[in-house]
Amino acid sequence: MATITWKMEDGSEITADVKNGLNLMEAATANNVPHIEGECGGCLSCATCHVFVDPEWFAKTGEIDDIEDTMLEMTDVEREDNSRLSCQIIASEELDGLILNVPEPE
Amino acid sequence: MTAPIVIVGAGQAAASFISRHVALANPQPLLLIGEESHPPYQRPPLSKKYLLGQLERERLFIRPLEWYAEQNINLQLDTRVEAIQPEHHRLQTASGESIEYDKLLLCTGSSARRLPAAIGGSLDGVFTLRSIADIDRHSPEFQSGRKLLIIGGGYIGLEAAAVARQLGLEVTLLEMAERILQRVAAAATSDYFRELHREHGVEVRESTQLARLLEEDGKLCGAELESGEIIAADLALVGIGGSANIELAQAAGLDCNNGIRVNQICQTSDPDIFAAGDCSCFERNGQTIRLESVQNAADQGDLVARHLAGEDVRYTALPWFWSDQYDCKLQIVGLNQGHNHSVIRPGASDRSRSIWYYRDEELLAIDAMNEPKSYAFGRKIIEAGINPSPQQVADPATDLKALALGR
Repeated sequence: MATITWKMEDGSEITADVKNGLNLMEAATANNVPHIEGECGGCLSCATCHVFVDPEWFAKTGEIDDIEDTMLEMTDVEREDNSRLSCQIIASEELDGLILNVPEPE
Repeated sequence: MTAPIVIVGAGQAAASFISRHVALANPQPLLLIGEESHPPYQRPPLSKKYLLGQLERERLFIRPLEWYAEQNINLQLDTRVEAIQPEHHRLQTASGESIEYDKLLLCTGSSARRLPAAIGGSLDGVFTLRSIADIDRHSPEFQSGRKLLIIGGGYIGLEAAAVARQLGLEVTLLEMAERILQRVAAAATSDYFRELHREHGVEVRESTQLARLLEEDGKLCGAELESGEIIAADLALVGIGGSANIELAQAAGLDCNNGIRVNQICQTSDPDIFAAGDCSCFERNGQTIRLESVQNAADQGDLVARHLAGEDVRYTALPWFWSDQYDCKLQIVGLNQGHNHSVIRPGASDRSRSIWYYRDEELLAIDAMNEPKSYAFGRKIIEAGINPSPQQVADPATDLKALALGR
């Protein structure tokens, strides 16, 4: 179990306990986090689950593989150094307390 | 009290509509009516990870079941709608209930085509794959050493072939056209997948016509080809395409052809009835098209919610699609219909390449096999209306990112 917090641009926050093994796109949609759509179900084809990881946590979210790295070029809000596709971040005890900032497309 | 917006059909389009409706805080009540026992779920993994047994059923659900109650959305599952009376803004369920709607959204989806019973289409052991129930019923039969016959070399057939090989079945795939994927892709894409499947031990037989399926005690035991050849089989998957579920709409007098006809705001010929997803058809570049894809279902559902919340929107989304087979990720952007030439862009390995489709100078679509850069930047290139020359595209030294950025 990991407690995850999503921070929106308007300052609002959503916090939820996420079961180990679930990806954080699934967790976001289940908890009504706005702007996280996950249209492709997490198979790296849509780039609609983009998040900015709190820099302190970034390394703990794991490696970005080539496909994710390429798909991050397709996000609505331009990628930054701490960008991830949240379908590729898997909940675990390690990530307990993780903070994700949710970009808001225009 | 205002009547609710009623959604008929609990698939991807319905889920997308509901998500947007909730996100926009539209106060109008929603009633979702679904024929199956499940809340809206993802269908693409059915013929991939779910069939392989690598995904639990609950993870197919687009939102958990509890979510609907939390959002005050009325979910009426296991319910079949029998008729719509547009003049009364009402519909009837199979159990005889009459439900009033303010607006109606039809997300009735599509059904798998079957083989006629006269040639063995109804035999025990012959099946299609479209729903959780289909997989739950037939996946236990996917056991190592058994002989699976796949009829139809489209995406469902190819994905199932990949899963079956991974599970150790012997697989023969019959395609009556000259090549697999003939209806949807260029010869170069067919070549890639034929080679991929043959390498994994699938017997791919193109230009091969099935005469009939054979039975022993009412159960499938094989197939006879037009040539007279007999093939043994324990199981047969029929993957010969789908047709839109338009019966309800047709009976209600809505304008239909191969789908329920909608305009740019997904409105049918009745202004209070909308249609989204596989069941709808619409005009695109002067042609009437119908798409069976998550992208189309999700984008149309989303658009109807925005429209009903008062946004000024039009459906102009660029289609995209994907398929996973073995270790190959196929990603497609655009629609290649009407292309008159195509060019291959080589990838970094012999397992990666992309096919770029053109109508004269206009770039229409891209099939990218293990080539996410072609897909991602190609999408930007198409969206921006940049039409790189086939020579540029075919040159591996061309920097796609720079091209996408117009540099």
